[in-house]
Amino acid sequence: MTAVDLAPGRTGDTRPAGALNRASAVGLGVTMTWFSLLVLIPLAAVVATAAGGGIDGFWRAVTNEQTAHAIRLTVISALVVTAINVVAGTAIAWVLVRDAFPGKALLELVIDIPFALPTIVAGLVLLALYGSDDSPLGVDVANTGTSVYLAFLFVTLPFVVRTVQPVLEEMEPEVEEAAASLGAGRRTIFTRIILPTLTPAIAAGATLSFARGVGEYGSLVLLSGNLPFESEVASVRIMSAIENDNPAAAASIATVLLIVSLLVILLLDVVQRRVARRA
Amino acid sequence: MSIEISQVTKTFGDFVALQDVDLSIPTGQLTALLGPSGGGKSTLLRIIAGLDDADSGRVEIEGVDATALPPQKRNVGFVFQHYAAFKHMTVAKNVAFGLEIRKRPKAEIATKVDEMLELVHLSQFRDRLPSQLSGGQRQRMALARALAIEPTVLLLDEPFGALDAKVRKELRDWLRHLHDEVHVTTVFVTHDQEEALEVADSIVVINQGRIEQIGTPDELYDQPANDFVLGFLGPVTQLGDLRIRPHDIEVSREPRPDGVHGHISRWTRVGFEVRLEVTPTADAPPVQVTVTRAEANVLGLKVGDPVWLRPTVGAQAVGV
Amino acid sequence: MPETRTAHRSRGPVAHLLRFAVIAYLFLLVVWPVSLVVTHTFENGFDALRTVFGDADTVAVLRLTAIAALIATAINTVFGVGISLLLVRSDFPGKRIVSSLMDLPLAISPVVVGLSLVLVYGGTNGWFGPVLEAGGVKIIFATPGIVMATAFVALPLVIREVVPVLQEIGTEQEQAARSLGAGPWQTFRRITLPSIRWAVVYGVVLTLARSLGEFGAVKVVSGNISGQTRTATLAVEEKYLNWEQESAYAIAFLLAGVSVLCIIAVSILRARADRN
Repeated sequence: MTAVDLAPGRTGDTRPAGALNRASAVGLGVTMTWFSLLVLIPLAAVVATAAGGGIDGFWRAVTNEQTAHAIRLTVISALVVTAINVVAGTAIAWVLVRDAFPGKALLELVIDIPFALPTIVAGLVLLALYGSDDSPLGVDVANTGTSVYLAFLFVTLPFVVRTVQPVLEEMEPEVEEAAASLGAGRRTIFTRIILPTLTPAIAAGATLSFARGVGEYGSLVLLSGNLPFESEVASVRIMSAIENDNPAAAASIATVLLIVSLLVILLLDVVQRRVARRA
Repeated sequence: MSIEISQVTKTFGDFVALQDVDLSIPTGQLTALLGPSGGGKSTLLRIIAGLDDADSGRVEIEGVDATALPPQKRNVGFVFQHYAAFKHMTVAKNVAFGLEIRKRPKAEIATKVDEMLELVHLSQFRDRLPSQLSGGQRQRMALARALAIEPTVLLLDEPFGALDAKVRKELRDWLRHLHDEVHVTTVFVTHDQEEALEVADSIVVINQGRIEQIGTPDELYDQPANDFVLGFLGPVTQLGDLRIRPHDIEVSREPRPDGVHGHISRWTRVGFEVRLEVTPTADAPPVQVTVTRAEANVLGLKVGDPVWLRPTVGAQAVGV
Repeated sequence: MPETRTAHRSRGPVAHLLRFAVIAYLFLLVVWPVSLVVTHTFENGFDALRTVFGDADTVAVLRLTAIAALIATAINTVFGVGISLLLVRSDFPGKRIVSSLMDLPLAISPVVVGLSLVLVYGGTNGWFGPVLEAGGVKIIFATPGIVMATAFVALPLVIREVVPVLQEIGTEQEQAARSLGAGPWQTFRRITLPSIRWAVVYGVVLTLARSLGEFGAVKVVSGNISGQTRTATLAVEEKYLNWEQESAYAIAFLLAGVSVLCIIAVSILRARADRN
């Protein structure tokens, strides 16, 4: 799960073939045209529409009390959940790589479920256990702020796990043995050898987890009740604006989220470049 | 004696890696554990270091029973074949690691690190990351890192196995010089007999979990205890019912009653040697004979010539 | 050569505690909730599923979902393989930016995706929409829009599988083929494509799962018109909000089932490929 790591690969001759030949140039033209029509132009339209309302319009849409609260709730929840994922995700990856017990393979499948499950189904699934009167657990957080945290935790579960896992798998046992022979106890080995090696992977997973949380919509629709000032997130505000035929406002809030996304992508790129330097 | 190993046995499932091994390693010497792959020498080394546990037996280091001690407490320096560098730390930080664990004062650490980097000629690389070093440099760093803690014993597991031939030779000589300077008890594992013969004070030949012979390089080469040691330490050929070194065979144009009669079937010149293959008249496998270029010229040998072969005076051979 | 490492020494209490904590976390967050969907679906035996398959509208929903997902997956596979080859094998100005841009859909909210498509292809006020509709091509509130929205969100999935594999195998085989006289298309078809086939398969399966499950983006672009542009995910929402819980769970079960099958398929394929 990496963006193109443009450092040379491992086996064989891997330098790019060089400048484009005619077939490649045409191919590039076609693919970039499709990409522009599908992604780039529509995203530009969002920013343009937001700007179309003027700085005033933009500011008003974004600082509207309800919207501002929604944005705050979204960002804070995503941050908190990401922090939880950093710990939980690393722990899960550790158990997957270093532990052995019957049924461990099932755990691997379980972790991929939130990634593959439709978000609306995720909401339903969480409602079944945490949001109805006849929940076997007796817990009902539907229509509360807590439900937002719950939904975020569910959909972002795999991200840190899956970035950390391959790094853990590739760690040479000799490095830990070397540290042991030099006198380092198990906790020291973890904090001074293992953790620093995992940090870039954790950071990559955390960035993806945050980006996913900030944009989440489907799982919240049924679970959170979308109550203003309580459990309403930014994406729901955008949807409301669209349904109320207010594209400028929708585009403004969307632009805020896009800026967040862009920062995330940049951060991811920087982190991955640093990892490549160390390899 | 620096290291005493008594009745050490280690199995992995059905496979017996070491069988009742007894070994004493003298203090201050450079000892090689030599043998074929899978023979048990790396396992023995790791048991000495505490990285693996023996199923039974005792390990004593400088008179202290270390059998139950974890590697952290044994004060051994260990160097791995693939360097095991701490990739996220600079060279200097790598070397300083063991001292920082022992919570030495900063000034002391700094001095020691400088000293070690000088010793291995890596001072100008102190702030580089291991990924920016060549294989040979990384191994030198690993050595500096292991020596920085002033270990009781220095253990090296096929330390030059991952390097190419020229670097291997350089580091081999360099290790010998280092040992002459530093004098710490050193044990290194290798499957390369030339390496062991060149570098070690004493060689322990290990095969299939058992010690075949212990001795100096000369003793092992000239007085092999059995056929395995003979065959492993150098080239071997069959002359009559003797297993003997090709260069310990005398070639003669004159008939010799006690010699093996045959004719030259191949003649190859390799550097300063001439390698002959002699097919005996009696039904026996070809004999490999090595003579110097000078000898070959004197005898004027060529393919097809009849010759008589005898062991040279004082040759070491093993009867079959 | 046998294992030369002792297996981990007997596990201490920390390891056991960690194992228990992880299993408990995953059980409470994922396993139990998902299993409840299964039990809810089959509360009255197969009644719920029978209702779902008996309703013509719902069947239309399922068919639309499947078709849109398949088309979007096909588009993304062709695009994904193409752009992966270009990124790994060629040099062009701005390559690094293009590579980063490919990850964009991962970080964009689905609602924003839907909005962006509406702003451009909307029939009344979009940038290109009115022109297209005049020419008879309706995108928003019609199937093409659903396909585009789905393709957008799942865009990176094939690329992220194929690129690392292309990098790992290098160009040696292709160079060998060229030296033996193969033209570029032949080389592609007979050397390159087979060497990345597993990566493409994983990418396709993941894209399919993602495409079937898209909700937010499709909700915006489709108009959620019953019988015409409602997808399975939208149907789940609609049924639940209309107190037809059973049907909602049934459709959710179907979607979840397909997702899980996709994950299992990829796992098995990967395990088999690793073993070779």
